[in-house]
Amino acid sequence: MKTSFTHSPKRRDSLKQIAVLSGLLAGLGYSSFAVAAYNKAAFDSKSVNEAIKLQGGGTLAESKEVLLNAPDYAENGAAVALGVSTALPGVRKILILVEKNPASLAASFEVSEWIEANFSTRIKMSQTSDVYAVAVMADGRALFSKKEVKVTVGSCGG
Amino acid sequence: MTEPTRIRAQAQGGKTTVRVLMSHEMESGHRKDGSGKTIPSWYIQEMTISLNGKVILDADFGPSVSKNPYLQFVIKGGKSGDKLSLSWKDNKGQTRTDEASVA
Repeated sequence: MKTSFTHSPKRRDSLKQIAVLSGLLAGLGYSSFAVAAYNKAAFDSKSVNEAIKLQGGGTLAESKEVLLNAPDYAENGAAVALGVSTALPGVRKILILVEKNPASLAASFEVSEWIEANFSTRIKMSQTSDVYAVAVMADGRALFSKKEVKVTVGSCGG
Repeated sequence: MTEPTRIRAQAQGGKTTVRVLMSHEMESGHRKDGSGKTIPSWYIQEMTISLNGKVILDADFGPSVSKNPYLQFVIKGGKSGDKLSLSWKDNKGQTRTDEASVA
């Protein structure tokens, strides 16, 4: 675990340093939650499988325990409302991916012990595509649900 | 200049539902302007939410998240008066932090 204290003291950086520090304290028995660095490679990836792997997901398996709430049709690809949740124990991350967007990975949430694995957000979709909700488990499994959302008006290419 | 993030948090039935609306263009980097030039990407990449000073959620976004990102999540527990703080950082290095109390 590397931490640089040489750059300008932006709040975000200090948040990360505190998180790293509390990560170290966790080893001593203190409760903590380490803030991970932005995974640019995963967010640049054009492939659903690759992006999941880059976010720490191992074996992919479809699961009914991972719930994806998405519309059948999206009239406006600029804001498609999605909900992802699971009641499974041992969830490390929740990922939302859109297969046919220029980059697949849309959002990644680190699930701490203080929150539920239950997130809703809005995403852009350039065209009709499968949307993936993935729960990356503590044991490395990547459990997913997917659903095709038909887009009538895309958000990209303005 | 950035606009404040709107944060609403309601404690009910042993948990707290949090709804946030960040103000950001979330430009994908794939659109073109009127003269055909590509508009550079500009989007929130990282977000941290703390409850009473303790980080409880770390989220990362790509440019696929919609303009003025909306996020809803659920805190286990939480009570009226608890302090929530949300910080974000975009791909240009701009940051913003806003706070709210649980209702």
